[in-house]
Amino acid sequence: MKSRKGIGLGVALVLVLGAFGYMVYGGIGENLVYFLEPPELLARGEAAYDTPVRLGGMVVPGSVVWDAESINLTFRMKGTGTETIEVHSSKAPPQMFRENMGVIVEGRLTRSGVFEASNVMVKHSNEYSPPAPGEDPHTKYRTLVQDQT
Amino acid sequence: MLRLIGSFTVWASLALAVYGLIAGIVGVRTRNAALSRSARAASYTIFGLMTVSNLAMIAALVSHDFSVDYVARVGSRSTPLFFTVISLWSALEGSILFWGWVLAGYTAAALYFTKDRLGPMGAYANATMLGIGAFFYLLLVRPANPWGLVSPAPLDGPGPNPLLQNHPLMAVHPPFLYLGYVGMSVPFSFAIGALLSGRLDDAWVRASRKWTVFAWAMLSLAIMAGMWWSYEVLGWGGYWAWDPVENASFMPWLTATAFLHSVMVQERRDMLQVWNLSLVISTFLLTILGTFLTRSGVISSVHAFTEGTIGLYFLSFIAFVLIFSLALLAGRSSELRKHGHLDSMLSRETVFLVNNLLLTAFTFTVLLGTLFPLVAEAVRGVKVTVGAPFFNRMTVPIMVALLFLMGVGPMLPWRVANVEELKRKLLVPTLAMIVTLGTAVVLGMRDFWGLLAFAFAAFALSGNIQEYVRGTAARRRAQGGGWLRAFGGLINANPRRYGGYFAHIGLILAAIGITASTVFRVERQATLQVGESVTIGEYTVRFDGMRGQQEPQRFVVGANMTVFVDGRDVGTLFPRLNFYRMSAEPIATPAVRTRPDNDLYLTLLAFNEQDGSTATLSVIVEPLVGWIWVGGVMVTIGALFGIWPRRRAPAPVVSRKRTAGVA
Repeated sequence: MKSRKGIGLGVALVLVLGAFGYMVYGGIGENLVYFLEPPELLARGEAAYDTPVRLGGMVVPGSVVWDAESINLTFRMKGTGTETIEVHSSKAPPQMFRENMGVIVEGRLTRSGVFEASNVMVKHSNEYSPPAPGEDPHTKYRTLVQDQT
Repeated sequence: MLRLIGSFTVWASLALAVYGLIAGIVGVRTRNAALSRSARAASYTIFGLMTVSNLAMIAALVSHDFSVDYVARVGSRSTPLFFTVISLWSALEGSILFWGWVLAGYTAAALYFTKDRLGPMGAYANATMLGIGAFFYLLLVRPANPWGLVSPAPLDGPGPNPLLQNHPLMAVHPPFLYLGYVGMSVPFSFAIGALLSGRLDDAWVRASRKWTVFAWAMLSLAIMAGMWWSYEVLGWGGYWAWDPVENASFMPWLTATAFLHSVMVQERRDMLQVWNLSLVISTFLLTILGTFLTRSGVISSVHAFTEGTIGLYFLSFIAFVLIFSLALLAGRSSELRKHGHLDSMLSRETVFLVNNLLLTAFTFTVLLGTLFPLVAEAVRGVKVTVGAPFFNRMTVPIMVALLFLMGVGPMLPWRVANVEELKRKLLVPTLAMIVTLGTAVVLGMRDFWGLLAFAFAAFALSGNIQEYVRGTAARRRAQGGGWLRAFGGLINANPRRYGGYFAHIGLILAAIGITASTVFRVERQATLQVGESVTIGEYTVRFDGMRGQQEPQRFVVGANMTVFVDGRDVGTLFPRLNFYRMSAEPIATPAVRTRPDNDLYLTLLAFNEQDGSTATLSVIVEPLVGWIWVGGVMVTIGALFGIWPRRRAPAPVVSRKRTAGVA
């Protein structure tokens, strides 16, 4: 009697764990976000569209259009190849956002060929580097200082 | 000079730890009292040495002794004193040094409070602590040596990572995290001591329970402080992102929570011995894994791993502990028979079993989601992240189910429940649940899991409060006196139980805060000219111009904002960007106005760099965020209340201990 109960419990446990493991496995598969460069994303063909991706690359010089009034940002991104992708975001870019800078954008490529970004991040290394001469905030934003000390 | 003291103390600690480990084991095997004594003396001496080493490092930091490698990398003459002192734990080497101190402290304290009452088990436990210590002191002399010589010494250093000197909460989160993390090695050592000495009764459980509760309380506080820190510093208005670093702190908390509950089943019903040993071992392993994940640089890229060797040390240590513990468990499996059995499905032990199943599943999910990217990069060479949707989809149902259990558990007695009494106890919580659900639906809430979370939170909250009310009423009937006295008598007669319920209530409040701030969060971004304002909810925020100010270690550019609630001026906020000397990128510091009902959260995203005439801001209103911090503190208070030493003679507990100790 007791061992039958034990076997029953064991079988139930295996079933529950199995089902759970399957759910976890499927869940990861569906929510995997690949880190790609623009050419890699475009090379995926049909699979490139409408899946969440972290896109890494450089901001193409002269491509940045920022409308502060309506909070709309578009720019083109390039990777190691020549192909570029147009990125649109309806959030403000980070203060450090510049042309020719490494950025990571999260979002998905829409059917229109524009990458709709939910998040634009400046790619930074963990090693902090001092600002370039003339770029240091004290000189740059001097006009903003009211209480000069 | 400081460098020499520091180096010496670390090397001496390593030597003494290895000596104490060997002397402890040989001493207990050969019944050599002198050797055993010397092993204990080694533990106390190491604590003294590590104290000196840490104080020497603080002295080196404060005196800007840049000939010390660690100081040259995290020190800076312009960093304020407060942040200079806490930069002890702002980078790898210093944090391992601090870890070593905390570990030495726990080793000495565990020894001091148990004396030699625990016999061979205690001796093996001390040896285990020394073994863990030897590993960390080895790190300090090899891959994480903070005392290296820099010659010639630079005149100044870069200062700590700007993110870590941006908020005073950095003084709170790491020490408590270490107290929690390292504290888990004490129950682990008692478990290993039990397995090595063959004393497999409840002695190790009783010896380690208070340590586990204490470490768990510290870890709870640390996780909450970490959430608060990311909320106050990172500027996106959130506090949890399923980031590997966060997961690393959360996983041992989950398994330790499971242990705190299942250990009661062992004490009361003599079941789950193997399970409890496994939980304690897993918790310890997860703390080491967490340190490996956060400290080896493996998270940013597996390639960082080949550059530094510290990852290999950690991996070897994890593998060793895993194999060693499993072998011990397997070797003792025939002696670890369970004696009790489940009487009824309708009992508290059933709830604890389900609770453990859920918490284990929870840990497993988080572990898989955290490790998957590492495995994918190592095996398939692709860079992937597991998105937050995965974690949310898998864990939200588990969290909701745990909320329900938190309500049911306290109502059910051990062994078998009396159905009539259960019905009486279910009445109020069920009503609270239905009323909450109805109100939320009528008010237009449609989020399925959010509704369920609120409903079960109401159920569990009233269920736990009811325990205090019923207990107080019963005591007052039995002993007379006022309500207050009966209440005080009740919680002091069973602090562990009522402290536990208090922790439940804290956790439920935090759950309500998390649900509300996730479901009802409103965010707007706007670019404002000077004098323009933006309205969100009951708040109107006006931009009054940019302001810059030079501070000792940084240059600050911020937006002067005036806040109106329903048209009434309630004060100003100053969201800003901090420019640190050694970093080209600014660190944003959001301005937060916290109130019991909601938070107003302003982040400065960008501004006109020429004349400061415009500012782009993110404005977020999040309800009940403050409840999370209050709840977190309550969890800690509840846990500490349960183990607080008190002078009293509660006959049942003490006599139980004595008889069991003899047996």
